[in-house]
Amino acid sequence: MKTTEEIFNLLKDKFGESIIELKTDVPVEQFIIVNPLEIDKVCIFLTSNNELAFDSLMNLSGVDDANGETKKDEEGNTQTTGGTLSVYYHLESTSIRHKLVLKASTPRENPEVSSVAEIWRVADWHEREAYDLLGIKFLNHPDLRRILMPYDWDAGYPLRKDYKNPEYYQGMKVPY
Amino acid sequence: MGLLDKQFTDDNIVIAKVEDLLNWARLSSLWQMGFGLACCAIEMMATSASHYDFDRFGVIPRPSPRQSDVIIVSGTVTLKMAIRIKRLYEQMPDPKYVISMGSCSNCGGPYWEHGYHVLKGVDRIIPVDVYVPGCPPRPEALLEGLLKLQEKIRHESLVKKSA
Amino acid sequence: MSLDIENKTTTNEKLKTEEMILNMGPQHPSTHGVLRLELQLEGELIVNVKPHIGYLHRCFEKHCEAMTYPQVIPYTDRMDYLASMYNEFGYAIAVEKLLDIKVPERVEYIRVIMGELQRVASHLVALGTYGADIGAVTPFLFCFRDREKILSLFEMTCGARLLYNYIWVGGVSHDLHHDFLRLTKDFVDYFRPKIKELNDLLTFNKIFIERTANVGILPLDTAINYGITGPMLRASGMKWDLRKDDPYSIYDKFDFDIPIGDGRMGTVGDSWDRYYVRVLEMEQSLKIIEQAIAQIPEGDVTSAIPKRIKPVVGQVYSRVEGPRGELGYFIISNGTVNPFRVKVRAPSFVNLAVINELCKGHLVADVITVLGSIDIVLGDVDR
Repeated sequence: MKTTEEIFNLLKDKFGESIIELKTDVPVEQFIIVNPLEIDKVCIFLTSNNELAFDSLMNLSGVDDANGETKKDEEGNTQTTGGTLSVYYHLESTSIRHKLVLKASTPRENPEVSSVAEIWRVADWHEREAYDLLGIKFLNHPDLRRILMPYDWDAGYPLRKDYKNPEYYQGMKVPY
Repeated sequence: MGLLDKQFTDDNIVIAKVEDLLNWARLSSLWQMGFGLACCAIEMMATSASHYDFDRFGVIPRPSPRQSDVIIVSGTVTLKMAIRIKRLYEQMPDPKYVISMGSCSNCGGPYWEHGYHVLKGVDRIIPVDVYVPGCPPRPEALLEGLLKLQEKIRHESLVKKSA
Repeated sequence: MSLDIENKTTTNEKLKTEEMILNMGPQHPSTHGVLRLELQLEGELIVNVKPHIGYLHRCFEKHCEAMTYPQVIPYTDRMDYLASMYNEFGYAIAVEKLLDIKVPERVEYIRVIMGELQRVASHLVALGTYGADIGAVTPFLFCFRDREKILSLFEMTCGARLLYNYIWVGGVSHDLHHDFLRLTKDFVDYFRPKIKELNDLLTFNKIFIERTANVGILPLDTAINYGITGPMLRASGMKWDLRKDDPYSIYDKFDFDIPIGDGRMGTVGDSWDRYYVRVLEMEQSLKIIEQAIAQIPEGDVTSAIPKRIKPVVGQVYSRVEGPRGELGYFIISNGTVNPFRVKVRAPSFVNLAVINELCKGHLVADVITVLGSIDIVLGDVDR
């Protein structure tokens, strides 16, 4: 069983600048911040190494960090510029029983993260959901398209903090 | 119905109005296309099970819309599903009736405020005859909704078209 | 033209065949809700299955950001509506980890009893509807008759049959009725012989075995890679149950077994194994309920419920073993009374993705068999 600090030191030796920092002061869980475009190489190492053996991805979630500047435009809608969108990965090893949390942050204007769908097949649908609801693009994903919203939904990404509802969708009134 | 009951105690001849006879035939065997979407579907299944039997009112679940009289919309209607419900409703042959079961299909339910993908009430796309409130409604409430629909059918007229 | 029944193939050099796309649409009597499956068929054999979901997407995660922490609990009920107690349980445990509070022991016992009763009720629906999909309508009525008894126990406690709003952060909303423990013990004694009745009716029925054995075989390494959890993973041969491997609440005080699939009617990991694991789990749940009834202490159930929930800035991921698999809540808090982000790792969402691998090479009727054995609830898949 390895703690997050030991895994952080191991990864820092191997990958250098791709591993950005280890955050320990946040309550309940510590996590490691990783460069979003190198995360697939880090994950291949985490699964194939015998001492780590992270063979199971428990959860993959996209988050809107809400750390940009918001301003109201002419119609009174809030527009957010700058800031980041993040993806959190929760990994586990079924044989050694230790856990790890990774985080990858990308800029809001052009969010791009490398896909891990070839490593753990469970990430396939989770990444499609993050793309659908937040707009994060996953590079090298086998089939990136909307999964929960209708395929012709063009009113944006619903889970972002500055999302506004459309008035009508195919003839049906959307608000109450 | 008084005229019909009286005649049965005499010989094997029944005299009644055609309207009463047709209405009685329609309301006694309403075949439902149980359109179970969400949690209310489980209560609808519990109503068809043996504890609160649906079959004693003549209601049988049919899988296809082309063979059914009444559609019970039970559960939340989302925008993605609303287009399909409209198509299914148009596939049902006349005379057809709609029971809206549960708070979500009546008015959007608990998702009325922030639900960006929820249609606030199925009556925005198809005409509804009976609304059954509850979240989810008890099986007894659904049976009362069915009895109210039967009352409505009993007073239908051949000459005036129902709305 | 030569027809090979054993390997289910046809070979003909002169006959030209085309692939056909068949839609098992959102409205279908056997898809357990609104799920659309696009089947690519070569004659009667399946080449590809593409599931389309999202027909019940009710924006749970957006609602969580607008409500306060206690107001989220009725919304968690409505996600997996057949196992509402477990959804509330998982959420309450996650927020309690973030707040770092400890609940009284009576509350822990009540939560375990409610959770295990809910597991039995959920498995009864799964087994009853599975039989009805395959063609056996009688076990459906038997299972729902027994489920009504469990629902009347829940109604006695909190007033609702299906969606409870009972397990709150820091405790439960009402104490138990004074007759509850006696009636629960009566139910356990009543239900044990009914499992044997279900086995005689359906489980060891020759037609049922022919329909389900060797259909939809899931190998173990595929299962772990696809993130499968719950009875599906246990049927493929792995003894993995979060109640024993990552214990939460007071499950380490009880003595129970983890049933796994052993392929006695076909291969390890086929649909019959997934069905039989659920039957055996019901028996183990009854064991846990009996032990909990014997050990439950007295106490005040509402003493630890905080007046105003305002956690520190932080995040937590906590998981419980629901009836369908691992149910996880990832909660990020920014120090206000509303959660900043709640992500639910739903077991049915993850388990459904593997259906393409399971159905390749089988007949169209086997899609229903495989889908029923995965045991999905569309409220959980779409949230």
